[in-house]
Parts: sequence; C-alpha cells; structure tokens
Amino acid sequence: MNGNGWTPDRPIVSLKDVHKSFGSLQVLKGISLDVMKGEVVCIIGPSGSGKSTLIRCINALNDIQQGSITVEGQEVHDPKLDKLALRKKVGMVFQQYNLFPHKTALQNVMMAPLLVLKRNREEVERRARALLAKVRLQGKEDSYPGELSGGQQQRVAIARSLAMNPGVMLFDEVTAALDPETVKEVLVTIKELAGEGMTCILVTHEMGFARELADRIYFTDKGVIVEHGPPATFFDRAKDPRTREFLSQIL
Amino acid sequence: MLDAFAQFFRDLAADAPRWNFIFFYSEKQAGMVLSGLWMTIQLAAACLLFSVAIGIAGAAMQGAHSRLLRALVAGYIQFFRNTPPFVQLLFFYFALGRLTPTYSPDGWLEVPIVSNVGWAIISLSFFAGAFNVEIFRAGVEAVPKSTQEAAHSLGFTRLQTYRYIVLPLALRVSIPALNNNLVNLVKTTTQAFVIAVPELLYESITIWNDYPSAQNPMMLVLFVIYLALVGLVVMGMNRWERAMRIPGYGG
Ligand SMILES: Nc1ncnc2c1ncn2[C@@H]1O[C@H](COP(=O)(O)OP(=O)(O)O)[C@@H](O)[C@H]1O
Ligand SMILES: [Mg+2]
Repeated sequence: MNGNGWTPDRPIVSLKDVHKSFGSLQVLKGISLDVMKGEVVCIIGPSGSGKSTLIRCINALNDIQQGSITVEGQEVHDPKLDKLALRKKVGMVFQQYNLFPHKTALQNVMMAPLLVLKRNREEVERRARALLAKVRLQGKEDSYPGELSGGQQQRVAIARSLAMNPGVMLFDEVTAALDPETVKEVLVTIKELAGEGMTCILVTHEMGFARELADRIYFTDKGVIVEHGPPATFFDRAKDPRTREFLSQIL
Repeated sequence: MLDAFAQFFRDLAADAPRWNFIFFYSEKQAGMVLSGLWMTIQLAAACLLFSVAIGIAGAAMQGAHSRLLRALVAGYIQFFRNTPPFVQLLFFYFALGRLTPTYSPDGWLEVPIVSNVGWAIISLSFFAGAFNVEIFRAGVEAVPKSTQEAAHSLGFTRLQTYRYIVLPLALRVSIPALNNNLVNLVKTTTQAFVIAVPELLYESITIWNDYPSAQNPMMLVLFVIYLALVGLVVMGMNRWERAMRIPGYGG
C-alpha cells in the first residue's frame, strides 16, 4: 500500500515528544500519542491549552520544533516531505467550516478531487453528490455556503474532506460555533463516519459525545497531556486533580 | 436629410464664429475625431487589460517568499504611484525609446520597434498597474487565512490556492477601488498627447489649431465623449460586480 512499509497493526498517527512554540510562547511541551486505524480519539482540555495547535501539526499546517509526528509511517515534519501526499491521507474539519464562499456546496466538494487528484469530472461529481446525500444535504447541492445554516455548512465541510478519501479525519471543535439544535446533526454525521471505521481525532467539548464514541480520551493542559484513558475510566475515575477540576467545571 | 444637417452647422459657423462645428460638415475633421476616438478606445482598452494583469501579478509577487521580489514590487509601486504619469510618458518615450532597437522596412526610414502608441500603452499600463497592485493587495489581505488553510489542508498547492480561492475572492473585494482607478486610467490616456499619440485630445487640438473657431465645439466634444466613455466603463464594472455577487455572501 505504502512506500514506508506502514502496516495497519502500527499506529496510523503517532506523535512522539512533540514540542511547539510560537516565538517564546511554548504551546506544546512534549506531546506523545498513538492512534490506531479505526480508532476514535478525543482531545479535551481548557481553552488555550494547545489542542488546535496539536491537531494542526498533524497535517503540517503548523511546524514543530522538536519530536516527531508520523502519519501512516510517513514523517510529517520531514523537510523533504511531499505535503500533498500527506494531505491526501489527512482530512481536516475546522471550527469555522472554512468553506469556499464563492462555490456551491457541490463545487466545494468537487474542487479538491478535480484539482488535486486530477480525477475525471463525471466520476467526481457522482461521488460528490453521493457524499452530500450521505451528510443529508440532498437538494442543497447548488446552494452557496452563505445560504446554508452553520450545521449545513459544517456537513458540507465534512463531505469536502471525505471527497479526498482520507485515512484519518481531524475535527477541531467542529460544533463549537453551532446553535445547540444543529450540533446534533453534525455529531450524527461524525458518529456514522466513526461507525464505518474512519479513524477520527476530535477536539471537542461535547462530553456526552466523547463518552459514547471515543476509544480513548486525552486531557491536555498547558501544553502537556495530563491524563488519558478509555471514557469509562477517564470520566469516572480520573486520577489527576487538574482533570478532576476540569471535568467538574464542564460536566 | 444629412445634407440639411451639414448645412445647418455650416450656416451656424458663418453666423456664430466661435461655434464652428467643423466635424459635422467637413469629412476630414469628422474623420480626425473618429480616428482619435478609436485610438483613445484602443489605448484605454489595452491599458485596462495590461494594468489589471500587472495588478494581479504584482499582488501575487508581494505574497512571494523572495524578499528581493517583494522589494522590487515595492520599488515599482513607489516610482509609478509617486511620479506624474505625464513625466513617465516622456521618460518612456524619449529616454527608453532611444535605447530600443530600430528596424527599416523600406531601407530608408529607421522605425523604432516600439512606436509612440506602444510606449503610451506600456507607460500608462505600468502607471495604472501600480495602483492596481495596491488595490488587489488589499483584496488579497481581506481573504481570511483560514479559507486558504482549508485549501492547503485539501492538498491545494500555493498557486492553486491563489488561482482558485484567493484571487476570485480578492477580485470581488477590489471591484469598487478598481472601478475608480480604471476611470482615472481612461481619463489619463489624454496625456499620451505629449508623445504625439493621435488620440482624441491630440486630434481635437490639431483641429482647433487649424480652425480656432472650432475650439469651443471641440471642447464640448471632448467632454461629451469622455463622459460617455467613463460611463461605459462604470456600467461595465457595475455589471461585472453584479455578475460576481455570491448569493448569501457579503453585502
Ligand atoms: N499562530 C499563532 N501565533 C502565536 N500564538 C499562537 C498561534 N496559534 C496559537 N497560539 C497560541 O497558542 C496557544 C494555544 O492555542 P490553541 O492551540 O489554539 O489552543 P486551544 O485550541 O486549546 O484553545 C494560545 O496561547 C494561543 O494564543
Ligand atoms: Mg482551539
């Protein structure tokens, strides 16, 4: 499958002692975490603790100063890295959707497969329509992002990422900007994805969702991973006082 | 009918010596006005096209990694924005024109490869282009970084991101300012007069030098034609702005 000899019994995403600073501000101070294919991993933690930075480092939107990140065995921060190859493997969904406002929902989904993968238009369009149907946006193909609700836009964004057939999906607080009513429709979509075996790394504040869906939960604070474990252990028997305090505030 | 029209203005010129509408009854002057108008239209259209191309290329270069490239563009803008276009025309034609090679179509006459019309187009395009670079730069800066990141995370190259995301969005933001600059450009084509480009002003002055009695009518013609030309440009730009409007986006 893959030139690096990566096999699915090894972590699909692996971070080892990752350090990242913005100037003198140290944001990540030695983060290590492994994600296996098909796993759902949630990252929670207070605002400003470096969750977004962590997730952005995984698809090289941010660089790192120390440590290593591999995706399917490929070193992400290798200066010789073909970022294109990496980004074909990793899909990312943002808090603010970040759709292309001048393109319809269908065009948003079709653009990358056409331009980046250089696929044939008919095939791309067929798949894009199928993906929009999958995220329950049938009939909205020709709407522009500005004509869609936040939840609808976010589902277009998910379909847009899926169109690249990624091996891993990164979600950075994708429901944080949504109305409470529309949060659920996006969560349902993610749940279906996870159910199909998609590897997902999610930063989220939806604790119920994390408890139900996650294989493991990581709690970050001030640039380090304080504690991690399966949801049952994590929510009910957190060891670290920082975790317990955070959970008591949020639950 | 046409004879009566010509006769009316011939009589008017005899009765009112300051109102000699000579181009309405004399074919030669009518031809001069028309050929001047045609030259003005060609000049304006060519400069419009090139100055917009320069603006787009310049704004792209300002976003380049190379510091040298950015400094070059900055220097270009300073020079062309802060010196009179009149002087620029003289400089291009007399200073640079002397340095360019000539050819001899008939073995006698030495013809420079760039004519005065050519120099006018080059000079005025660079002049208006300097403003366009700034206009497009402001447009580019108005495109959210996050939208570009979404494109990168889908595997778009920098060039693809610029071509398909940044530029179309920046153009929409730039249209009002571009509108102003292009209106100015149409009016500035009159300055090509100084290097004897036979555009509308040049022909008009030639006519009133030959027939001082035609001076008032010629000025009238100049005002009316430039009002119409600028009106056309504004109408075209407004139509373009409407065509570019994205449903549900912006104002
Ligand atoms: N591009 C950047 N430049 C400088 N500082 C940044 C940048 N991005 C994030 N930070 C800082 O890094 C810290 C962690 O931010 P972030 O990863 O967004 O946290 P979280 O997602 O957990 O809220 C914050 O203090 C933030 O201000
Ligand atoms: Mg964040």
